[in-house]
Amino acid sequence: MEKIIKKLTETYGPSGREDRIREVIKEEVSGLADEIRTDYLGNLIVLKKGTASEETRPVMLAAHMDEIGLMVTHIDKDGFLRFTNVGGVGPSRLVGARVVLPSGKKGVVFHEQLKELKELDLEKMYIDIGAENQDEARKHVTIGDIAIYDQPMVSLGNRLVAKAMDDRIGCAVLISALKELKNNHNDVYFVFTSQEEVGIRGARTSAYGLNPGLGIAVDVTMTGDTPEAKKMDVKLGGGAAIKVKDSSLITSPLVKDMMVEIAEKANIKYQLEVLARGGTDAGAIHLTREGVLAGCISIPCRYVHSPAEMVDLRDVEAAVALLGKILEEKIDF
Amino acid sequence: MLIKELTEVPGIAGREAQVRSYIKDKLVGEDLGFSLDAMGNMYARHKAGDTPHVMLASHMDEVGFMVMGYDPGGLLKFAPVGGIDLRVVVGKKVYVGEDKVLGIVGAKPIHLQKKAEQNKPFSRQELFIDIGASSEEEAKRKAKIGDQITFATRTEYINEKVMKGKAFDDRAGCTAIIEILKSKPRINLTGAFTVQEEVGLRGAGVAASNVRPDLAIVLEGTTASDVPESPEHRYSTTMGQGPAITLMDRSFLANQHLNKRVAELAEKEGIRYQFRRTNIGGTDAGRIHLVEEGIPTIGLSLPCRYIHSPVSLLNMDDLQGMIDLVKTILEDIAEGGFPLGKNY
Repeated sequence: MEKIIKKLTETYGPSGREDRIREVIKEEVSGLADEIRTDYLGNLIVLKKGTASEETRPVMLAAHMDEIGLMVTHIDKDGFLRFTNVGGVGPSRLVGARVVLPSGKKGVVFHEQLKELKELDLEKMYIDIGAENQDEARKHVTIGDIAIYDQPMVSLGNRLVAKAMDDRIGCAVLISALKELKNNHNDVYFVFTSQEEVGIRGARTSAYGLNPGLGIAVDVTMTGDTPEAKKMDVKLGGGAAIKVKDSSLITSPLVKDMMVEIAEKANIKYQLEVLARGGTDAGAIHLTREGVLAGCISIPCRYVHSPAEMVDLRDVEAAVALLGKILEEKIDF
Repeated sequence: MLIKELTEVPGIAGREAQVRSYIKDKLVGEDLGFSLDAMGNMYARHKAGDTPHVMLASHMDEVGFMVMGYDPGGLLKFAPVGGIDLRVVVGKKVYVGEDKVLGIVGAKPIHLQKKAEQNKPFSRQELFIDIGASSEEEAKRKAKIGDQITFATRTEYINEKVMKGKAFDDRAGCTAIIEILKSKPRINLTGAFTVQEEVGLRGAGVAASNVRPDLAIVLEGTTASDVPESPEHRYSTTMGQGPAITLMDRSFLANQHLNKRVAELAEKEGIRYQFRRTNIGGTDAGRIHLVEEGIPTIGLSLPCRYIHSPVSLLNMDDLQGMIDLVKTILEDIAEGGFPLGKNY
């Protein structure tokens, strides 16, 4: 598990530029699937056929491939790069951060001289790739290129730290579930979605195309278990988090209760998640066409959208187990 | 002149009828199929046999106001429709309703303002539209609640290249579509003149569902922040440097393969272009590319200084550049060179 998480989190893939991460995932799932395709938004859609003899609607699982990034908007005469955010990038998390461009060129983020820390915003920040002038910089970067955090994954025992755990950890859960999946009743589409970080876009078009009977997103969620954290009853090591609500979705009790029942029966450690702010692919899926029942299994994650997102392997394993048990059921709401 | 007349037609969101009929008049006789949907989007369809189908989309609506009520003395209360900076509207001439009743945006004169009032902009409650009515009854006869209010700006050249006017956002795009349709490209083409963009990109998604094109190109007006106190790295676009290819905005992340080809074509044809270098704002592209299973979409926009105000500036070379660039793209698609099947 650790190996695949390392590979996934270290691969380049900001929103709209998912080609490399998509190839890595494709390689992981080839041989396990009945059908693999990509749609216009760049979603990777992987079908595992079910055992049902009667007609059933498929289940759609969604984990997003894209990560947040910095889009280069201007290269100045001294070779410094100005940028704008792709997804939720906080200025305080960028100071001194190392980043990498699609060309492989690395750089660091810093800010103009400030009187006070509260003046810090993205417009006052730049990427320094060590270029001595504009011409040198242009060899490595063009306007519209997206830089991402450049950080290897590190293991702290049960806990792992990496950039882009959001949501490569969800991708890892889907891949592991697919590997272990045997007797799924319904057809299951494992969808590795695009452009979640910029507004839940890939899930919307892929859900329209698949028209599933049930959608389950697998994504990270915040925790309330760090010093002076905002109150939230989700913690690292507390098990797979079954989403009750976030800003994009109020999980149907039918779906939530099914997940809880299955977890209890199979003795899988779980916790309930109420997220005050944030959304996932499930938010787009449940509003598709005439409406789709949808839920979300979350992986508790500290320091979301920083270069050091932390998850607990035991929660990840619990999520894989829970997903596997759900897919064994006959799903017919 | 097309752009002059088209920008002077009044048409806020939800009141696009006059714009629509003006555009149709200009296209009648061009062998196009016209249709209309329930929202008011108008489609002009050009057929060219067995080719991919491209939709060009521009919105007909402009920012303006709506009559909301009356003052006992005959002044009109109003509300903005779309995003307008109220600091720049005082003293401007406006037209009220279909019959274009002339009025002005009024406020308390400087003599009557207290010191503190002079130091801050008027709020909406302190502004009113004055059509010269001397009583509420007279005002009610001339202006109905719900009537549109648009700026009475005349469009004219201020030098040999630059025009001033209102509603370049997005009648400039509409103008480009009209010119492109008239050129009868060798490709199936639908000109989609959309409604209600300024109040939340409402018409475009419906239009894309109706047309289901193989590619959509959104032609827009956008901010040009090449003005004093704006450092170069904060420019969104620069007036006079050609049409801007959208990289991303709040609603849309452009497909890199499509954008790359557009830039290549512009360079090959010697058409000046730039990138739109900010992620603020949203356009019809945001809705269109997410319709159903997703529609390949390109966003092109024209730099408009002082956009969403009573008077903005547009460089006519930029507009011609946009028309030339779109024609080049269409020709490239007809030739089979464009990466249409390619995902992000």
